[in-house]
Amino acid sequence: MSIWYYILKRILQSIPILILVTLISFFLIRLSPVDPLGEMRLNPSVSKQTIEAETKRLGLDKPVMVQYFIWGKNFIKGDMGTTTTGEKVSVKIKERALNTLLLSVNVIFWTWLIGIPIGIIAALNYRSKFDRLLTLFSSAGMAIPSFFFAVLMLIFAQKTGLFPIGGLTSPNFYNMTVLQKITDILHHLFLPTFVLCTLSLAGVSRQMRANLLDTLDSDYVKYAISKGIGRKKVIINHALRNAINPLITMLGFEFAGLLSGAALTEYVFQYPGLGRLILEAVMKSDINLVMAGLVIGSFMLVSGNIISDILLRITDPRVRAD
Amino acid sequence: MNINFKKEKISLVAFIVLIVLYVCILFASFLSPYEKNYSNRKLSYAPPSVIYTITPEGKFSKPYTYNLIREFNPKTLSTDFREDRTKRHYVKFFSDGFEYKLFGVFKTKKHFITTDNGGELHLLGCDINGRDNFSRLLYGGRISLTIGFLALFISFPIGLIYGGISGYFGGMIDNVLMRIAEAVMSIPTFYLLIILAAILPSNMTSSERFALITVILAFIGWAGFSRVVRGMVLSIKNEDYIKAAKSIGQSNLKIILKHILPQTSSYVIIAIALSIPGFILAESGLSFLGLGIQQPDASWGNMLKEAQEFYNILYRPWLLTPGFLIFIAVLSYNIIGDTIRDVLDPKSEIGR
Repeated sequence: MSIWYYILKRILQSIPILILVTLISFFLIRLSPVDPLGEMRLNPSVSKQTIEAETKRLGLDKPVMVQYFIWGKNFIKGDMGTTTTGEKVSVKIKERALNTLLLSVNVIFWTWLIGIPIGIIAALNYRSKFDRLLTLFSSAGMAIPSFFFAVLMLIFAQKTGLFPIGGLTSPNFYNMTVLQKITDILHHLFLPTFVLCTLSLAGVSRQMRANLLDTLDSDYVKYAISKGIGRKKVIINHALRNAINPLITMLGFEFAGLLSGAALTEYVFQYPGLGRLILEAVMKSDINLVMAGLVIGSFMLVSGNIISDILLRITDPRVRAD
Repeated sequence: MNINFKKEKISLVAFIVLIVLYVCILFASFLSPYEKNYSNRKLSYAPPSVIYTITPEGKFSKPYTYNLIREFNPKTLSTDFREDRTKRHYVKFFSDGFEYKLFGVFKTKKHFITTDNGGELHLLGCDINGRDNFSRLLYGGRISLTIGFLALFISFPIGLIYGGISGYFGGMIDNVLMRIAEAVMSIPTFYLLIILAAILPSNMTSSERFALITVILAFIGWAGFSRVVRGMVLSIKNEDYIKAAKSIGQSNLKIILKHILPQTSSYVIIAIALSIPGFILAESGLSFLGLGIQQPDASWGNMLKEAQEFYNILYRPWLLTPGFLIFIAVLSYNIIGDTIRDVLDPKSEIGR
């Protein structure tokens, strides 16, 4: 089975799941006693025509099942409606989803860069002081509520003045040169990344440690060492490669966890991401926005899983075999 | 199950910490000097009371404290608290305070710590409404530390039966059930939680709200859990004893409940132990956002709402104590969960 065929198969498989997601979220939202256009009606800056157009577009006078199909048809066409403040949902979602993606990718990059070496060192020094210390620290890292940690980091930022408090860009962002813009964004990204990294670092380093311990214990590694190939060479060429594979599977889960975990962190740091958008939309009962946010979030999650499956297939010949 | 506590000193510590926490919330009304909703508006954001054991004259004394007086400082334009040094209030132990029912049964007035007449003792200061932070921490713990357990009792049976049915019957049923589970898993957990919490009507009593939040929390994890159970059932259902049970004509339901699901018990115990912290964190997160437990009820998450204001974080650190308690509770659960996994699943090396 070629890799392209596999990719196609995975994508096709995920379509019914995404349709189910839209069904579940649609009925969850419609079950609520909230009037989908209530907020719009109260907003004097939204014209009557817009409200009428929305009523017609959503088919609010028709039964729920019909409404769902109307929504689905519009969604496929790329029309997600307007927010309660009258903006286009698709524009807003696109911007926010990209920001969340930026944050998540950044976090995954750093956790892997730091977590994998830590896990390797811990496994190679099994039951040493470093190993025990790591276990303790990673337990602690997993136990801090993300929002509480974010709040503590805000205190740190406030007291030292080293980092900007919240947001993604400085007020004078549009007057900056390209280089300044990039450094400005990175500067703003640092604290949210740091918070989320601390939370997921524990998982990655522990998993890496456990995998490497497993492979080091396997027969082929013992065999290779007993044959007289140097321990170092065996570890680098044989053990490490196989130990990293399960981490790739974890990548999908990690991404899922990040999307969720980021919501609270985004909220505390006032980071303009998807999680915060949904939260605000929920509080304002902005149905269009909530619905679109949910679907896009799920879409990102499913894509993350597909990508990690494909990566695994490329790196691990054992998966390809069956 | 024999956990070697001598080898695992740290999990013994974690275990003791948890027991202490649970005993504290069990005796919350005995340990707390004030009722959950007792508020003294004059003491809004009052700092913790200082307990003195040495008098200004340099003599030892029974522990005592001073009441606080709120004053507006016209120079700094801030509200300051100053101790009313004219009257000492001695701290009393096992003395009378407000009346309550211990365990909901025994009427009593005894409290662990109070002060003599007219004294006010706020061990961890007050919140914006002048409610005693220490007492609310204890009452809040009742919600924060039990809601996860309750959610567990809803979520795990659902996951078990769902996964059991899916794996046992296979075919079309399996396909449909698993696609639904995957769809639920595909929605980022916290987004789902926020939305479920937001569609709750706002005019509920606090116990209704508590029950519904529990149900919502139960939405976390059942899908992933049922998938793993399904996988295990798939491998178990071809064992000879299942075929034997079928051939003597036992009903499908009985086979699933009596012969298959018990085989998954060690995985279930591990999964339960490892998922409690997630429930606690989820509750605190929801309440922090204002979507979970609502005022005037206390939970550690909604107490931390106060930490959303900069001034509070910087100048009223006692308002951050719920965060540390969540941290301690979750850490202890994590450590114990790891230990249980090591004991029940010796193959897994994680956290050893």
